[in-house]
Amino acid sequence: MTAHPAALTTRSLRSWWHRRGEETFAAYAFLLPSLVIFVVFTFYPAIFSIVTSSMRWNLPYKAVFVGLQNYQNLFAGPVTGPVFWKAVLATLYFSLGVPINLSISFLLALLLNRRLPGVGLFRTAFFLPTITSTAAISVVWMWLYHPADYGLFNTLLLNLGLPIQRWLRDPALAMPCLILMGVWHGMGYNIIIFLAGLQNIPRELYEAADIDGAGGLAKLRWITWPLLSPTTFYILVIGIINSLRAFTEIDMMTEGGPLSVTTTLAYYLYQVAFQFFRLGEASAVAVILFVVLLILTLVQFRLVERRVHYE
Amino acid sequence: MSSLSGSRRLPQVFPELAQSRRFQKRAGSVLWYLVLLAVSLTVILPFFWMIATSFKTPPEVFSYPPSWIPQALQFGNYVDAWHSAPFARYFTNSAVVALAVTAGQLVSCCLAAFAFARMNFKGKGFMFALFLSTTMISTQVTLVPSYLIVQKLDWIDTYQGLIVPFIANAFGVFMIRQSFMTIPRDLEDAARIDGCGRLRFLATIIIPLSKPILAAQGLFAFMGNWNSYLWPLIVTNREEMRTLQIGLRYFVSQETGTPWGIYMAAAVMVTIPVIVIYFLVQKSFVEGMATTGLKG
Repeated sequence: MTAHPAALTTRSLRSWWHRRGEETFAAYAFLLPSLVIFVVFTFYPAIFSIVTSSMRWNLPYKAVFVGLQNYQNLFAGPVTGPVFWKAVLATLYFSLGVPINLSISFLLALLLNRRLPGVGLFRTAFFLPTITSTAAISVVWMWLYHPADYGLFNTLLLNLGLPIQRWLRDPALAMPCLILMGVWHGMGYNIIIFLAGLQNIPRELYEAADIDGAGGLAKLRWITWPLLSPTTFYILVIGIINSLRAFTEIDMMTEGGPLSVTTTLAYYLYQVAFQFFRLGEASAVAVILFVVLLILTLVQFRLVERRVHYE
Repeated sequence: MSSLSGSRRLPQVFPELAQSRRFQKRAGSVLWYLVLLAVSLTVILPFFWMIATSFKTPPEVFSYPPSWIPQALQFGNYVDAWHSAPFARYFTNSAVVALAVTAGQLVSCCLAAFAFARMNFKGKGFMFALFLSTTMISTQVTLVPSYLIVQKLDWIDTYQGLIVPFIANAFGVFMIRQSFMTIPRDLEDAARIDGCGRLRFLATIIIPLSKPILAAQGLFAFMGNWNSYLWPLIVTNREEMRTLQIGLRYFVSQETGTPWGIYMAAAVMVTIPVIVIYFLVQKSFVEGMATTGLKG
């Protein structure tokens, strides 16, 4: 037992500071602030939602246990069923914006991935919408979509010799209007992530391709696209998660209308809970949303891991 | 890079080709600028329209065809917007809430990150998984119960109700933990020899060394909270407790002749603070977003 004196001092020091019981106690003291918040505002509410989803709880009446009745009503009930499925379809429709956004962002990121003077200015231009609050942007776009002839979009239509539209007040156009604004709003974030991905692709690969005489499109198809695929999937999943949770623009611009064509699941949940006060049904919707989001988040975590490994 | 070296090699063999290549390159750059200019002007257009409208008088706002540049730079809409709703109060509320959430998140995240990065304790793996699991439970799912809790605590229309549910952030813990783990053990041993306690070691050595990640996390916490909408919408009823976003919502839904010039002035006022912050910290913001993959 002839340990090096230096090693001995380090070890004894370590045992002084890292006495097992004391260290565990201290560690939990460090975790405590976060833990309290998580227990009160995340875990307890999540369990509470699952429990109340099995109750009929229409305020101001008391809660009554009804088993899976709420889910049955949502999936196949004569009154709630059609409303729920309409909300599911609206949610899917709204999430169509995600692949559109992704394609445009990808093209713009390719354009912006150059070291020419002024490129920073262009990047800023694309990024401004992303940092602006959805509430402020909704007000601006309500003005752009104004149904009178002096609304900007209608002015453009008139200049092209086309009839003016009612935009957000037209059941056929309301959702495309929200999607277009969403693409404009979310593009900047996607571009930043795509640019980071593009800059991680080793330059040597392109140089090798140049020596082989590969053209621009071939390089895009065989180098950029495959190496960027983890980033692309990541953006896709994040985009779908965000579109499932979208609330602000719907509340500001359409309040779920006209004819509830823009009532997505997230907005339906809000209406059922805070306008109709049917807390049991709202909890069932919340649990359904939770399961979908959980699956997507798990996929996203796998992708983040892959992205980190790749870097 | 590669095409540059290519064209440097070419002149001896194909001088004309090199020339045409250089020409192509220059033409390509011009085209590139033109395309990007067109696209970015289109993207900026709504902002331009917002600002232009905010300076127009009511008759000019509703005239057809609309004018691109306001006839005169008059601030009447701003004055009217400022006086027709308590925007000063909304600003204060948003600032208090966003700053408190940012500070609270940074403290709670640093403490938890330190425990996960630098300490060994019983149940560490379980605790880590528990923290991780919170990122899978989105706010929509916890909305109703959280509201009922805040109501029970009598926190409706209070700053606590707006702040406390958000002062923990598992994603922040992971990001900060990753940065804390890169700090060499030797520093900790040296600090220990000097009789430095954990909290002091964290505050005086680890935190100053992790400034970039803390700045990025703080910025996201601030922006995210400043722009948040759903929670402040449901936990505030009284006008004097509304944040800027909710104030804007009720301001616009008043429907008193829809004075769009005033609405746009209000939108500009809501937008400016975030854009100013963005330009101040642009670099760390974009880098932080790209590396952490976090959305504000």
